[in-house]
Amino acid sequence: MRGRRRSGRVLLYVALTLGAIPTLLPFAWLVRSALMSDEQMFAAPPEWIPRPFLWSNFGEALTAQPFGLYLVNTVVIAVVCVLGTVLTCTVAAFAFARLRWRGRNVVFALLLSGVMLPYAVTIIPTFVMWQELGALDTFLPLTVPAWFAGAGGGVFNVFLLRQFFLTIPYELDEAAYIDGASPWRVYWTIVLPLSRPAIVVVTIFTFIGTWNDFLGPLLYLQDEDKYTLSLGLASFQSVFITQWGYLMAASAAVIAPIVALFFFLQRYFIEGVTLTGIKN
Amino acid sequence: MRRLETRWGWLMALPAILGFAIFTVGPMLASFAFSLTDWQIGGSPSFTGLDNYAELAGDELFWKSLSVTTYYTLGAVPLTLIVSFAVAMLLNQRARGLAIWRTIFYLPTLVPAIANVVLWIWIFNPDFGLLNSLLREAGLPTSQWVHSERLAVPSLIVMSTWGFGNTMVIFLAGLQGVPRHLYEAVSIDGGGPWRRFWHVTLPMMTPTIFYNLVVGVVGTFQVFNQAYVMTEGGPNHATLFYVYYLFRKAFTESEMGYASALAWVLFMIIMVVTFLLFRNARRWVYYEMAGAR
Repeated sequence: MRGRRRSGRVLLYVALTLGAIPTLLPFAWLVRSALMSDEQMFAAPPEWIPRPFLWSNFGEALTAQPFGLYLVNTVVIAVVCVLGTVLTCTVAAFAFARLRWRGRNVVFALLLSGVMLPYAVTIIPTFVMWQELGALDTFLPLTVPAWFAGAGGGVFNVFLLRQFFLTIPYELDEAAYIDGASPWRVYWTIVLPLSRPAIVVVTIFTFIGTWNDFLGPLLYLQDEDKYTLSLGLASFQSVFITQWGYLMAASAAVIAPIVALFFFLQRYFIEGVTLTGIKN
Repeated sequence: MRRLETRWGWLMALPAILGFAIFTVGPMLASFAFSLTDWQIGGSPSFTGLDNYAELAGDELFWKSLSVTTYYTLGAVPLTLIVSFAVAMLLNQRARGLAIWRTIFYLPTLVPAIANVVLWIWIFNPDFGLLNSLLREAGLPTSQWVHSERLAVPSLIVMSTWGFGNTMVIFLAGLQGVPRHLYEAVSIDGGGPWRRFWHVTLPMMTPTIFYNLVVGVVGTFQVFNQAYVMTEGGPNHATLFYVYYLFRKAFTESEMGYASALAWVLFMIIMVVTFLLFRNARRWVYYEMAGAR
């Protein structure tokens, strides 16, 4: 029995390792290519260790196009989106979770019906709208929707936050109301401070969603000075189509901040993904 | 208090309600109205009734994009479900260093979409890419991957499976939520691992499987980036994904009316598919205390 259990353990780690190899291999390929000279990259049989480590690939790739500027643009858009999403989604979630008003459930059900809507259905009229407003080639089409409770798929955040708010004891609100507090005060001083974990989750996923978005910037940004990292990388790819060292260095540079963020906030990441799956 | 609550309730929900009206309902209705017109960007729309829809029925590329997308969904969704479920099962065996393993398998999910595409262009490269280099080393025949009409979609399916981390984490959470006493009950009855899996794990996991299935189908139906950056719909329309075709019609050929009809057809398809999935779910998804709600 014990021997069987031990061999089972060994099998488990063998299986995990076999799964980890194909999972990590593309990363190894990315890093090795980012640090390699072209001659070595095209050698047969393929080599895995760069000789020498060509760190200059990074410098050259990241200055061939203004990636620093793309980074600033991306961060600006992401921060504005996160602020808007967190503020308006928590306010709405508060209305749906902690206040009783006529029509509440109907409105909430209506809003939720928008979650499943394919984004493709709305892009054309939304594009036309921003065009009519003369807002093409600005950050407005990418950021303003976030200030309306995330609009579209962002409604999911309202749902998540509402679920979280429902777990906070209502007696806290009641005590504050007896002391003459307004709903806004209750929201700001009681519910919000107690909802840190849920807010962190919404922050992370909004940030990553904005960071990764490609179609939005592709539709709305034309001036190269306004490009985001995703858009910049796509245009970089079409220019340096066979410069694999540069391409991989630039890709690695776009990937690294998100991976770093993950290592700092790992717990929240996993909790967040889990939350989205289980609450359904 | 009542009146106060009502006033504040509407006020605080207002941004969400406005957002829903401006960015969801409005565009949806507008998109339907557009779909009934012939309209180039810059020109003015002229009402043509259901002409766009009639034209769709005879549009070979429309059918092609539909079949390509369906093919992709039918491959990518089950494969991702199986791989992520299997890995989640392994991780749930109380493996030592769980956090490290979980991180390893989650890592690909973190790669931003476009960086992911650029990386895989290089992996698929027929001359010096990772896959063919490995195959050549092993003395196996190489392949053209995304550059081959036959293998383009399967290649993209493999690529999408690499990002199974999100699905896996959700499965893992589901597995950890299966009550232990159920397993003990099967063990007391003399059931082995297979029976525990078949009679406890699988039935208890059906709601999680169902959730991942729906999210997966809706997501893969809207795949776009790979076609735009990697394959441009080729070779020979082999990767002409639906949303990519729609994008091309709308923003390259500026056929706004026709593209809107495409958008509405996609909307209908997704609605019907989700409806069928939900209706079918009653047969196999097990909800504990389903009667209590």
